[in-house]
Amino acid sequence: MTATLLSTRDLNLAFGAVVVADHIDFELGEGERLAVIGQNGAGKTTFINICTGLVRPDSGEVRFLGKPVTNLPPRVIARQGMVRSFQLPQLFLEHSLRDCVRIAAAGRSGRLGLWRPLGEAAPARTIEHVLELVGLRERGDEPCESLPEGQRKLLDIAMAMVLEPRLLILDEPTSGVSTEEKHALMQTIMAALDEQRITTIFVEHDVDIVTRYATRVAAWISGRIAADGPPAQVLNDPEIRTSVLGE
Amino acid sequence: MRSASMQTASPLDASKKAPRLPLFLAISGALALLAVLLPQALPWIKTPFIFSTAFGIAALGVAILVRAGQVSFGHAMYMCLAGYFVAYLSRWAGGLDAILLLLGGTGFAALCGLVIGSFVVRYRTIFFGMLNLALSMVLFAVLGKFYHYTGGTDGMRVNRAAIFGVRLDRDGFESALLYLSVALAMLIGYAVHRYFRSAAGEALAAMKTNETRLEYVGISTYRVFLTGYVLSAALCGLAGAIFAISQGLVTPEMGYWVRSGEIVFISILGGVIHPVGAFIGSLIFEFVKLYAAAYLTGAWQMTLGTVLLVMVFFAPDGVAGLLARRILAQEGQERKAGGRP
Repeated sequence: MTATLLSTRDLNLAFGAVVVADHIDFELGEGERLAVIGQNGAGKTTFINICTGLVRPDSGEVRFLGKPVTNLPPRVIARQGMVRSFQLPQLFLEHSLRDCVRIAAAGRSGRLGLWRPLGEAAPARTIEHVLELVGLRERGDEPCESLPEGQRKLLDIAMAMVLEPRLLILDEPTSGVSTEEKHALMQTIMAALDEQRITTIFVEHDVDIVTRYATRVAAWISGRIAADGPPAQVLNDPEIRTSVLGE
Repeated sequence: MRSASMQTASPLDASKKAPRLPLFLAISGALALLAVLLPQALPWIKTPFIFSTAFGIAALGVAILVRAGQVSFGHAMYMCLAGYFVAYLSRWAGGLDAILLLLGGTGFAALCGLVIGSFVVRYRTIFFGMLNLALSMVLFAVLGKFYHYTGGTDGMRVNRAAIFGVRLDRDGFESALLYLSVALAMLIGYAVHRYFRSAAGEALAAMKTNETRLEYVGISTYRVFLTGYVLSAALCGLAGAIFAISQGLVTPEMGYWVRSGEIVFISILGGVIHPVGAFIGSLIFEFVKLYAAAYLTGAWQMTLGTVLLVMVFFAPDGVAGLLARRILAQEGQERKAGGRP
């Protein structure tokens, strides 16, 4: 039995008449690699937003590492080790790749000095290692505006990884990336996560990728978890096949 | 090859990462020398130089906010607050040294910045700008109305103080104040340069492009912005204290919104990419104003307006941005010539 990393109890949230979280009880153990599937608007990103503190639930509780984190701001939750990447890469567009990672590292160490250069806020090898993991070290000094979408995603994930998360939540890491590049991208990400032994939740639409990289799948329908279990079981569930996978 | 093409595609962003630009250092030195040597030949120029140094320091304060993507239309209030504090100090504790007056004014402005900033930094863009403006106008009105305490629109006198314990005649005092302000400007320019490159300074610049992400990497944007705000208030305060001591008089007009606009004007004109920009901007501003007022009486605002229009159209990153662009283009060519990628 692995230790519970993240759990939610009876999470509820509605935007007007639209229910985006409907009595969500959920538990995630250390070392799991969970794929979250579901159609657009099913509440996947909202679930992530609630867990990471961006959105407050109407009711219910989120616990991380045994402690309640409901209603804490994202920066506090991030510093406790629950970190996310974004569907649309969230970068500091006027900074270089290396500085984006350095700023994140400075956030991690909490050392926001007014005098010492940013480069000294975290050990250079930590920064270089993370950039190396996502294969962007060579381009480290370029402005991140110059990156194509796929690599922006990688940088976004690198900025999350340098925070040394216990749990990394990836919101659609392969969206906006061409089909040919998807697998290479996932390969890079997963290898990097393996190396750091980071527990992962990733939102994904591509069944191939889910089958290949997930150890567990949770399917969202209208704000509730309709199925949760090993990939083979969930992906073969008739309800999931019709309402989530659209077959 | 790839990296070279990227750099030419977006030179200015890369320039933010080029802190060791020797040209900027040379310009800072040249400006300081000019300010110290020129008055030997043209004594009348001392006062405009003191004023332009003071406004340069204030513009540097506003530049800190501009780097965060925010503009304040009320920062002259900190010049004014510091000026009045200096006036009260010199009235209550007569004979206080100019150094202490400067320190007192700066400290008081920083304190006010902390109090006002604690709620103002929760706002962004137009709300931030207008809230600062509103507060500065309240101060302006209060100073004008409470005649018994503030001298109303006539203002308050600031007696000529000793500098480092030495009492000087008018001319000597002006020279000393000029040297002191130039030395302070150099020190502050360097300190702000360090701040821009520090973790806190880079986080402040990152606020401009992505606040959400900043929070998600564990950084409090409130703290980052408040720090920048207090620093900017302190710099405007120092500028106000220099101005008050030099002029020997403080009036509510120091905090009028037009003054705030001028500070913003200077920081945009000079550019926020490097601290020296603020001083280039203030020098241009002061002398355009001076000469336009002399030769185009009644149309000096129009002249200034035209200068700003030209800058916005042709050099939106200010004079410093223009220089940075040139340096990077040159570096790019050298790199190509050297055959390095």
